[in-house]
Amino acid sequence: MRRRRLWKRGLMYLVLALFAVIYIYPFLLDVGTAFKTDADATAHPLSPVPSHWVLAAFSELGQQDFPRWLMNSVIVAVFVTAGRVLFDSMAGYALARLRFRGRGALFSAIIAVMAVPGVVLLIPTFLILKQLGVYNTYPGLVLPLLTDAAGVFIMRQFFLSVHPSIEEAARIDGAGIFRTYWSVVLPMARPALLTLTILSFQGSWNNFSMVLVAHQSPSLDTLTTGVGRLVSGQLGAGTQYPLQLAAAMAMTVPVAIVFFVFQKYIMRTGEGAVKE
Amino acid sequence: MIPARRGRSAARRREAAAGWLMSAPVIVVLVVFLVAPILMAAWVSISDWTGIGSPFSSGVHNVGLANYKALLSTSGLPQQQLGESLRNNLYYVILVVPLQTALALGLALIVSRKRLAGRGFFRTAYYFPSITSSVAVSILFLYIFGTTGVVNALISNVGLHGPNWFNDPDGILHLLLSGLGVTHAPSALADHGFLGQPWWEWLAGPSVAMIAIIALAIWTTSGTFMLIFLPAIYAIPADLEEAATMDGANAWQRFRSVTLPMLRPTLFLVLTLGLISTWQVFDQIYLMSQGNPAGTTLTPAYLAYVTSFGNQQWGQGAAIAFILFAIIVVLTIAQRLIISDRRDTA
Repeated sequence: MRRRRLWKRGLMYLVLALFAVIYIYPFLLDVGTAFKTDADATAHPLSPVPSHWVLAAFSELGQQDFPRWLMNSVIVAVFVTAGRVLFDSMAGYALARLRFRGRGALFSAIIAVMAVPGVVLLIPTFLILKQLGVYNTYPGLVLPLLTDAAGVFIMRQFFLSVHPSIEEAARIDGAGIFRTYWSVVLPMARPALLTLTILSFQGSWNNFSMVLVAHQSPSLDTLTTGVGRLVSGQLGAGTQYPLQLAAAMAMTVPVAIVFFVFQKYIMRTGEGAVKE
Repeated sequence: MIPARRGRSAARRREAAAGWLMSAPVIVVLVVFLVAPILMAAWVSISDWTGIGSPFSSGVHNVGLANYKALLSTSGLPQQQLGESLRNNLYYVILVVPLQTALALGLALIVSRKRLAGRGFFRTAYYFPSITSSVAVSILFLYIFGTTGVVNALISNVGLHGPNWFNDPDGILHLLLSGLGVTHAPSALADHGFLGQPWWEWLAGPSVAMIAIIALAIWTTSGTFMLIFLPAIYAIPADLEEAATMDGANAWQRFRSVTLPMLRPTLFLVLTLGLISTWQVFDQIYLMSQGNPAGTTLTPAYLAYVTSFGNQQWGQGAAIAFILFAIIVVLTIAQRLIISDRRDTA
């Protein structure tokens, strides 16, 4: 009986390890191959260690517009994240706490908006950006992503889950609604704001399709659309695997850093409910 | 009494004004970048706009349902392409949704065990692909499934010759049938069809190229859904499982009669999210295959994009987008009905 259990346990770890390899090894290959020569990458696809290390892929990336793509990605991510954190939390607070006529209808409308499939919006977004005269500009890249219904929903649920006693105390002391929101509510909402920040940063940094339909000139490319050009061969790169994989690695580093810094926080969604 | 009431109603009004004011930025952005664009695209889908000037200028005409008819009822290239893209996406959905859900559930069940060494490491490992961009993952899979890539190197290790993944348009069901000696379509399947595609083509299965993209989708999203399953698994009362164990239920019986029923709402959520997102596959197609080889990775989302932005047939492109919208809405409602039905009879 005991031996059978041990054997079962071993099998479970074997399966777990196998899957860990399937999920992690591609990234190791990515990092390793970025430092390979083209010939080395083709000849030894299974080895993450270059036969000799070269930086050719990275110097080539520097000659492409990579630094500019990086700057544009930072601009888009910063504005989108700031906008979402501010606007989504304001609306979430209003929908959770303030009593006003039409609140229920407004909340239903926001839920309905969440159900609209994003990819259906590609052509419509292009149309409206053209109509407003902001197609192919920085505002055109940022504005369509500036708020999101899901973020409003997250913030509303958070405010519903905390007790209103502290705000009520502030209000009785004579603070106005906005004062209370800014200096009492927001500092209290740090965990939810952090979640929203992480999600917004990751979402805007990784966004490809909305950026694609919002601009035309290469000078407005972000990392996703710029590196995308490398892959679809528009820059004549063909199959230079080390170059492409170096680009893929470089654009993943910022989100990976955010992920590892806040990892406990992101993965805690599961731990939070443990009853022990 | 009266001044107090007046004071209260003034406070009420201030609260209402603050409520609308604080919601205003979100309302404005959603109206301008969601409601208005959809209405505009609805107009374009029934117009003959060619992408020049404003769609509201006087030279643009209302053509009624002509764009929809060209796609749905008139035989020709538009109908053929729509049929092809729907078939491809259908196979993609049929394979990705169940597999990613099962994998996510399996991984979640294992990593939720309390006495598991390296629990944090395994979770991180499985979740990491979820945070990377579609562009980075597409590059990775173009390399892995390349002719001289990782998968083919593994295949040649066991003495076989791997396919030329992204250039192979053969449907796997057709390949299977030709393995059984069926190389030509029976005339019943070749001569009749639906949406410009003979039934034989509908039954082709996903192409070899599409299989690589399906593998990418499962690999990327199973970690996300694993994370959704975890809190639901933790919420299952431990004494329920203990009681089942006392009653002599084995692991499989416990899973079937305790775990699975308790996870039903989460399972429904994951299936719905999966269904909605798989019908929208766009980035990977744009980046990896552009619908090639031989149109076997064409999807409605990508077809809408190229029809509009590539061929400047904006009316038709917008019409495809609305057809896709309708498919997603109908399927989500249908799934909800089926699942709630079952719950009632159970």
